[in-house]
Amino acid sequence: MTSKIELDYLDQLEAEAIYIMREVAGQFERPALLFSGGKDSITLVRLAQKAFAPAKIPFTLVHVDTGHNFEEAIKYRDQLVEKIGAKLVVRYVEDTIKAKGLQEPTGKNASRNWLQTFTLLDTIEEFEFDACIGGARRDEEKARAKERIFSFRDEFGQWDPKRQRPELWNLFNGRIHKGENVRVFPISNWTELDVWSYIRRENIALPSIYFAHDRECILRDGRLLNNTPVIQPDANDQIVTRRVRFRTVGDMTCTAAVESDAATLDEVVAEITISRISERGETRIDDQQTEAAMEDRKKGGYF
Amino acid sequence: MDLLRFITAGSVDDGKSTLIGRLLFDTKNILADQMEAIEKASKSRNDGEIDLALLTDGLRSEREQGITIDVAYKYFQTPKRKFISIDAPGHIQYTRNMVTGASNADLAIILVDARQGVAEQTRRHSLIASMLGIPHVVVAVNKMDLVDYSEDRFLEIAQSYQELAKKLQIKDLTIVPVSALNGDNVAEASPNMTWYTGETMLSVLEKVNVLSDQNLTDGRFSVQYVVRPQTDEYHDYRGYAGRIQSGTFRKGDRITVYPSELTSSIEKIELGGKEVEEAFASQSVTVLLSSDIDISRGDLIVTSDNAQPILSQDLETLICWMDDRKELKVGSKFNLQHGTSRTRCSVRSIEYRVDINTYEKIEEVEGLKLNDVARVVLRTASPIAYDPYLKNRANGAAILIDETSNVTVGACMVE
Ligand SMILES: Nc1nc2c(ncn2[C@@H]2O[C@H](COP(=O)(O)OP(=O)(O)O)[C@@H](O)[C@H]2O)c(=O)[nH]1
Ligand SMILES: [Mg+2]
Repeated sequence: MTSKIELDYLDQLEAEAIYIMREVAGQFERPALLFSGGKDSITLVRLAQKAFAPAKIPFTLVHVDTGHNFEEAIKYRDQLVEKIGAKLVVRYVEDTIKAKGLQEPTGKNASRNWLQTFTLLDTIEEFEFDACIGGARRDEEKARAKERIFSFRDEFGQWDPKRQRPELWNLFNGRIHKGENVRVFPISNWTELDVWSYIRRENIALPSIYFAHDRECILRDGRLLNNTPVIQPDANDQIVTRRVRFRTVGDMTCTAAVESDAATLDEVVAEITISRISERGETRIDDQQTEAAMEDRKKGGYF
Repeated sequence: MDLLRFITAGSVDDGKSTLIGRLLFDTKNILADQMEAIEKASKSRNDGEIDLALLTDGLRSEREQGITIDVAYKYFQTPKRKFISIDAPGHIQYTRNMVTGASNADLAIILVDARQGVAEQTRRHSLIASMLGIPHVVVAVNKMDLVDYSEDRFLEIAQSYQELAKKLQIKDLTIVPVSALNGDNVAEASPNMTWYTGETMLSVLEKVNVLSDQNLTDGRFSVQYVVRPQTDEYHDYRGYAGRIQSGTFRKGDRITVYPSELTSSIEKIELGGKEVEEAFASQSVTVLLSSDIDISRGDLIVTSDNAQPILSQDLETLICWMDDRKELKVGSKFNLQHGTSRTRCSVRSIEYRVDINTYEKIEEVEGLKLNDVARVVLRTASPIAYDPYLKNRANGAAILIDETSNVTVGACMVE
């Protein structure tokens, strides 16, 4: 046979992700796409556009806003939604905290990241979403490496890692009872480098914070955090100005910047190709705390 | 660059997780912070030796018990290829998780402990690999360091495996002596086993040809979703979205739709919204037809000029039964998912169960228990357009879904 039938790995990953998106549209009545303004969810939106072109994407975009987001990411989100004519639902962790009288974590490295779960579960209930598409990847973290592509959640949003449904071939079983839901991860099999390579290949615009810029940062325990009032100061903190970019764009309280001169997609891809530290290891503060932090959060309904 | 998906299988403690850890380590795919975490976790355990298996054992209970419960996916690459490695559990109780991982694999590495030789799980996993039609099987005779790197011991095991393989359908078999722990014949040829002149494990993985495993002739396309923009610009647009399961589709090709058997021809193929002249197996595309016929999710579009699928309500299947709560019995009813179609089905008969050790057929079976493998005849509520699994993996596979719990309880390969 000729070599034309040999698909490059990025084409294979894209074809798989599009297939998964279409299964969601075909199997569920009220699917949502969780959109954070980060590169993984931006990639998801591009894949969804390709999956349903020339029609609009058949998913409601949902953003759970911790109130600690980067301005650039929010601006990007609003422009994108406008451009693609999608429906956007934003729900605020702040509102959940008030309504439920939740105790906000305090002290050094306090983060609302975990509280997102409550807002997410409420939002799922409010709109009766039966499937939520997310941009989690198995290479990110060791508990995620174990999760199915169609990940079943019970009526309390809980993941049971010891009783996952078998997932055979590409036959995804999205059957659920009312009140239960499925989290779907179309880019499960992508690595961080794959996402960046894809963004470069597709020439997808990203929020500016992904590229090198000078920023005033808090230097804490060897990590650079954005200097913002939402981070509680600590006596040992130093305020420094550095040339940085962000590898992930989550909640500001738990996302660190990396020092970098990479100002273009080519340069970022080159830098990540040779990087010897994982994305989460370098930038996520919330996973560092215990060995099973992510597993515990997921059991509780976290993404 | 292309992509190879492989699974590691075999009994508990044969070294599956260690082998994957070693492959990642030797190809410099373990990042500094991940290595640090493994070192830290290794220290808190008994012997303090660095345990590369910790890289894939990601759940709390796995770490506590030192076993693998569910499949873990790890990604690495060499200058030749990208790899998705799937680390499977060895315990019988978690076989369904192994089947989950194996169903998408191009290649299975079956580990055998050189001290133990071929064991029950070696047989079970080999049977599953063969039933699933995994085209390439590599047997890693592991822990060669514990048998003094003995050539005789290796040959003995290799021979008993070949005996076993004769009763199965394994297209391509390679047997490699390794020490996953020390890295002998993993990425580097072993100085301790100069008598072995074959390929290292990594080199087998890098060279195996997966392209030839696909069915590239019979066009099969299962409709997932009908794209209808309903805008002024695309007023009459009606596109069928799906992934090509096998073969090639070209503009102008005559097609037949199943189960209706209506015919038409391809007017246009779009990939990510852009028109292409042709598309082939594993691509996700949208197909537009030249005439307006009734097609919806679950229908199968087939190229008319190639072999046609079988349209029937009676399916002879090999089943891996996966429910630990209920048995499969004659008369049991399920939802059958085949491609994108779903229909109810009931069990007509259980012809035989396969004995895991001898591969003999046991007849007069009452019911199937967790992890049983059997030949079962199903009757579906509406006709299914299928191909025999071993001829066309994508269009011969189906799953059984329990109608009340909604759990996936069976893997079916239609014969
Ligand atoms: N001596 C020796 N021990 C090994 C080798 N491979 C694995 N082991 C050990 O065997 C035990 C089980 O390995 P593990 O990878 O967890 O097995 P799994 O259950 O098949 O995943 C661990 O203590 C490993 O260190 C080997 O090649 N030589
Ligand atoms: Mg293991």
